[in-house]
Amino acid sequence: MLDYFLQHILSFSIWLPVLAGGLVLFTANDSKPNLTRWLALFGSVLSFLVTIPLYTHFNFADGGFQFQERFLWIMSFNIHYHLGADGIAIPLILLTSFTTVIVVISAWEVIEKRVAQYMASFLIMSGLMIGVFSALDAILYYVFWEAMLIPMFLVIGIWGGPNRVYATVKFFLYTLLGSLLMLVAFIYMFHQTGSFAITDYYQLPMPLNVQVLIFLAFFAAFAVKIPMWPVHTWLPDAHVEAPTGGSVVLAAIALKLGGYSFLRFAMPIAPDAAHHLSGFMIALSLIAIVYIALVALVQKDMKKLIAYSSISHMGFVTLGFFIFNNLGLEGAVVQMISHGFISAAMFLCVGVLYDRVHSRQIEAYGGVANTMPVFAAFAVLFAMANSGLPGTSGFVGEFMVILGAIQVNFWYAFLASFTLIFGAAYTLWMVKRVFYGEVANANVAALKDLNKREFLILSILAILVLALGVYPQPLTDMTNATVTQLLSHLANSKLPVGL
Amino acid sequence: MENIRYDLITALPEIILLGMAMIVLIADLFLKQSNRIAIYGLSQLGLLLAAYFTVTTHVPSVGYAFTGTFVDDTLADVLKLMIYVGTSLIFVYTRQYIQLRNMFRGEFYALVLFSVVGMMIMVSGQSMLTLYIGLELLSLSLYALVALDRDNHRATEAAMKYFVLGALASGMLLYGMSMIYGMTGSLNISDINHALMSGARIHSVLVLGLVFIVAGLAFKLGAVPFQMWVPDVYEGSPTAMTMLISSVPKLAAFAFVIRLLAQALPTLAVDWQQMLLIMAVLSIVLGNVTAIAQTNLKRMLAYSTISHVGFVLLGLMSASGNGYVSALFYIASYVVMTLAGFGIIILLSRKGFEAENLSDLKGLNQRSPWIAFLMLIVMFSMAGVPPTLGFYAKFAVLQAALQAGFLWVVVFAVLMAVIGAFYYLRVIKLMYFDEPQDNSPIVAPFDMRVILSINALALLAIGLMPQGLMSICFYAISRSLS
Repeated sequence: MLDYFLQHILSFSIWLPVLAGGLVLFTANDSKPNLTRWLALFGSVLSFLVTIPLYTHFNFADGGFQFQERFLWIMSFNIHYHLGADGIAIPLILLTSFTTVIVVISAWEVIEKRVAQYMASFLIMSGLMIGVFSALDAILYYVFWEAMLIPMFLVIGIWGGPNRVYATVKFFLYTLLGSLLMLVAFIYMFHQTGSFAITDYYQLPMPLNVQVLIFLAFFAAFAVKIPMWPVHTWLPDAHVEAPTGGSVVLAAIALKLGGYSFLRFAMPIAPDAAHHLSGFMIALSLIAIVYIALVALVQKDMKKLIAYSSISHMGFVTLGFFIFNNLGLEGAVVQMISHGFISAAMFLCVGVLYDRVHSRQIEAYGGVANTMPVFAAFAVLFAMANSGLPGTSGFVGEFMVILGAIQVNFWYAFLASFTLIFGAAYTLWMVKRVFYGEVANANVAALKDLNKREFLILSILAILVLALGVYPQPLTDMTNATVTQLLSHLANSKLPVGL
Repeated sequence: MENIRYDLITALPEIILLGMAMIVLIADLFLKQSNRIAIYGLSQLGLLLAAYFTVTTHVPSVGYAFTGTFVDDTLADVLKLMIYVGTSLIFVYTRQYIQLRNMFRGEFYALVLFSVVGMMIMVSGQSMLTLYIGLELLSLSLYALVALDRDNHRATEAAMKYFVLGALASGMLLYGMSMIYGMTGSLNISDINHALMSGARIHSVLVLGLVFIVAGLAFKLGAVPFQMWVPDVYEGSPTAMTMLISSVPKLAAFAFVIRLLAQALPTLAVDWQQMLLIMAVLSIVLGNVTAIAQTNLKRMLAYSTISHVGFVLLGLMSASGNGYVSALFYIASYVVMTLAGFGIIILLSRKGFEAENLSDLKGLNQRSPWIAFLMLIVMFSMAGVPPTLGFYAKFAVLQAALQAGFLWVVVFAVLMAVIGAFYYLRVIKLMYFDEPQDNSPIVAPFDMRVILSINALALLAIGLMPQGLMSICFYAISRSLS
């Protein structure tokens, strides 16, 4: 029984939330929203529990794919249902299933219309995203990758803000464009190898010009998702218009899909192109880190500010990837997880304010700390983490990436470290304007502090942010072997011999 | 005697359906309106019987009947079965619609059965004349069907347009056929192929004939630059007829293209590949771009059909077994999607009200979450988003074209697919993000609701497990084309 479960644990992790979502959709109606809520909570907690053995039964010494499942799915094209996860994927899977629980709780009484569809969307999306993180067959991966767009499209479009239709269509089309080019690259490699197995692609030698084209096709798909400058423009729109849960999932997980996919596809499949174009990628990352941070500084809308801060932080992730050393890469993975917690928390904080005042504008607030002291304490903690204060998780990843960068080029590290200044500037300035000073208006004066539900989710996140900041070793232990293995793969040229 | 016996058994499904059409016509004279439902039953029974005999007489090998003018191969059997299923669904979906509009008469069912016979002859035609006769039987039945609601001005206009342009296309087709006949001295598909392989012919005359044939085919398929009739006819016809025109006849047209281009004229592949390529690219561009500007749902679906035809041509254009399989898979998927899509439009119509504008879909999620969900699946499938069937259709065609070496065409088609996604997304936007304008209850017979649900969910189910349909398409092509 337990053996069977462990052999198919990835399938359970994917399909349990999807099934739970379907169940929520079909059994609940809007006259009994509480039944829906409890069912969704039960489903998400169960789905989270199912993913925990991925950590406890993980073989830390082995950097390869574990918990593999493989059977023939579509014979005509030699497509397999092939799952497996390594030390980079599993932390992200855990992050996904955990975040879903948070999202379900955070929506508890906030979402009033079409509760079942809302909860179901997030549950289904969670399963699909775990599918993206664990698929080892290119088409299976692509199916999860694209299918995930459907619930996200609906979430932003149905429960989003006033300009939601524009934002969600832009989000969908941007992502679709990139992914279809990736599909063409997959088909090309299928005709070269006769297989859609990602591991076969790792071994496929290709001349540099082909590698560059393939890399660029992947770049189109993943750079949009991360998002990197200059294809980031969908993110502020989508974040601002999405409901709180949507923003949380977008920031905490959806952006990581792009980062993860660089490590899973673009870099190992086209390593020579990755080296060849690393200057370009680093330049884009640094622009994101510095320029987008400056853009964040002038935002008037809190969600927009956090969205830009996300782009800036994701710049660190791509910088860590393309400096090709252990510290950089591991730092990037830590940064992805840490940003998952911090950005989720930041968006939840904005959600707390928005639910009460229905405004996301910074100028609508002022002196919130006077009326909501507990909430202010949390918000300040997360703001500190966002600006990379030592002792919080935000510091660890950024510090590792900067250390890694300095080994390669002093100026990379120099420019990247600006974020510690700008990040602190825009985050703390926002905190100052929103939380400190005199009580600005009647709305703020009437605010009630956190209720038990809000306190619960924010305190869980606060504990995680601090724990990861003080003791990141459980995470780095997990990624270590995989990162080493990936780097040694990247060091070998895949150019055909004799060319 | 043996020969006649074999001939008759081979054509048994056609004979049964033809007989049933006659019975329907005669029975209609003696039935009161309240008993007319019997005709519906008879028509469905005819399809069922035809399906039964198609399955039981199926052999993996290729058989020729009527002195080589009629072929019974796996491709024909598969396409015929698809046609039966599609037509049967059309009967279910349209029953209430035509009852409410005073078209529930024997003519409707007899004409549809005649058109089915026409399609079957097209599918099994092994001589250019048989093919042509099948095509005309189909076309004439369709013209009459469009005009069946005789007091409806728009429908009459559409029928007129359809007839004139269709006749023009038939003329071109015949003209092209006559040139091929002149060069090869035969009307038989395999004889033409042998004649062209064995000796040198005047290439320019052959290509001229080919141009006319391809133009005629493009007319029937509705590919650019011969697409002008499609939006007008789709919009003007009663939705039940639009559903018929846009769905199953495409299967027959596919067989038509395979018989003429892949079986009779493979030696001219280099020439028709270029023609199909141009038409495919233009169809995909025009279909997708123009659909964005439409406010009428049926017109939008017409342009969407044009772009789908472009994708089918992209598969055919590869001129390889792989390409034909992918094109067949695409067109089969297209028929399933189209039937579900028009089924939902019919479901939303009621007496005195045609759901045909995009705004009629507004807030459907609040009126009926289930129907909105079904339409959501159809739209995502048409846009080619996994895990729906439409994705694998696009995937199969794109990989075939890429294998044939058309990398940049594939990249271009993919970019157009993104543009196409926009107008499908708009439908979803209307259903899910907007408030309903009219709140009248949606009434439909129980059987229609159930079958429509199965139809739409099949897009999802086959999308998760596409291997079955892929194998069927693979065997249909590999056993029929040597």
